[in-house]
Amino acid sequence: MKKSVYNGLYIVIAILVVLPFVLPNSFYVDLAIRMAINAVIVLGLNLLVGFAGQISLGHAGFLGIGAYASAVLPTHFGWHPLLAMAAGAAATGLLAAVVARPIFKLKGNYLAMATLGLGIIISIALRNEAQWTGGPDGMPVPAMGMFGFELTNDKQWYWVVAILLSVSVWASLNLIDSPFGRALRALHGSEVASQVVGVDVVRYKVAIFVLSAVFASLMGSVTAHYVGFVSPNFADFFHSIELMTMVVIGGMASVYGSLVGAVLLTALPQALATFEGWETVVFGAILMLSMIFLPKGLVPTLAAKFGKGE
Amino acid sequence: MSMLQVKDLSIHFGGVKAVQNVTFNIDAGIVYAVIGPNGAGKTTLFNLITGVYKPTTGEITLDGEGIHGKSPNELATRGVARTFQNLQICMNMSAVENVMVGAHLRLDRNLVKAALRLPGLKKRDAELREEASELMNFVGLGQYVEARADAMSYGALKRLEIARALAMKPRLIFLDEPAAGLNPKETIEVDHLVRKIADSGVTVVLVEHDMKMVMNLSDRILVLNYGKKLAEGTGEEIRTNPDVIAAYLGAHA
Repeated sequence: MKKSVYNGLYIVIAILVVLPFVLPNSFYVDLAIRMAINAVIVLGLNLLVGFAGQISLGHAGFLGIGAYASAVLPTHFGWHPLLAMAAGAAATGLLAAVVARPIFKLKGNYLAMATLGLGIIISIALRNEAQWTGGPDGMPVPAMGMFGFELTNDKQWYWVVAILLSVSVWASLNLIDSPFGRALRALHGSEVASQVVGVDVVRYKVAIFVLSAVFASLMGSVTAHYVGFVSPNFADFFHSIELMTMVVIGGMASVYGSLVGAVLLTALPQALATFEGWETVVFGAILMLSMIFLPKGLVPTLAAKFGKGE
Repeated sequence: MSMLQVKDLSIHFGGVKAVQNVTFNIDAGIVYAVIGPNGAGKTTLFNLITGVYKPTTGEITLDGEGIHGKSPNELATRGVARTFQNLQICMNMSAVENVMVGAHLRLDRNLVKAALRLPGLKKRDAELREEASELMNFVGLGQYVEARADAMSYGALKRLEIARALAMKPRLIFLDEPAAGLNPKETIEVDHLVRKIADSGVTVVLVEHDMKMVMNLSDRILVLNYGKKLAEGTGEEIRTNPDVIAAYLGAHA
């Protein structure tokens, strides 16, 4: 961890600045926005999974809470979208903190099961509370705006999301190379060793779980406003798996791996659309092959190959 | 009064009485060795005192305050450090970062400040890296400062654990077989290192099978056998104790 890790950030920013001028049409701008939103969520998830060595198979649930807070609170109660977003994030953080204490007494498969259950419960609740959430049909989301200015077109959204992504990358890099981040990585490497040097292991696990849940909730709100519509699929189990896959394919414990994973797996279904009906098979095959040949994920494997290291 | 007092300490795992009614005191500033055949309960005793296991019965007091049943991280706040017999190195981190983690309790661990990379924190981190490098020099790992932990040899990792423990600035350090698996030259280096640590004013408790090293370093020795205290005393007393000779070499040896 030397200065050089920040070089990647400059490259990311450069790409984000140039991109809107080279994208041929609004289809690609839309795709870029989705990639960036996923990248922020995956960054947060990677802090938990890759760096702290924990697992969450219910992360889409947190995304769902944020998304529905942004849909329900302004629609039914007339809240300002920003306030609704903050409330969603706060509720998610609170839920994550309350649930995390007992959950993080568990390890490995048991932890995976507990987080899986949590995500499914959230998704069922959103589906069943139809009078508020529109049930399985979902509901429209009012536009995001402030001071009389409304975020409507894709170009505006692009810049908002690009800034969010840049800040998230920067903050993640900072966090990893700090006493907090080292404690996280240490409890991943050896839980008992980190305990005997004074790391309160459960507290750190809870903290990073809450942080990554809040990341997901905030980006859930952003997605809801951007798409203009929410449905229970947001909080779906398969969405949780998709996010985990992005972490694993891009590279565990790799900031830039998170970005690559999010970009690839957001683009892949579009690229595979030509296979008509066979795309899930091809998608699955690509995942299997990358796990066999790149078990550490794309970025760490390539970094090791070219002897740079992250 | 002794720094560490252990009284009637026992732990049972189901029917196995790994440590039974062990009592001893350790004075500040000495090197205290715990020896005994394999399976005698030496590492279990370390795990009990450093909070990794909770005792079934018995009392442990540090500076007159009861510490039995406290968690390892609470004990760390009281200046108790340890190393492990089977290495506990964070292989996902660099060597110097492993040492920096040792200073955890002395640092500002605020998440928000860390994420914003506030200048004060950054400066403190650079100082810490410097301090950790010096500690690595102290244990003889100067050439490994920039190395990845998973690229280092077993002997080097053993000493890296000691450096991490020293980064806590402990008053009391437990070394669990620091010379196990090392070649004769490395063993002599660790012997000198333990002496240096003791001379710097840290109380050392040592589990070790290398008798030459134990006799050379220790002010007092505790002998465990089948979880029970067999003998305690100076090196000379232990060497000539008939019970100890019987346990190590078989009866009538």
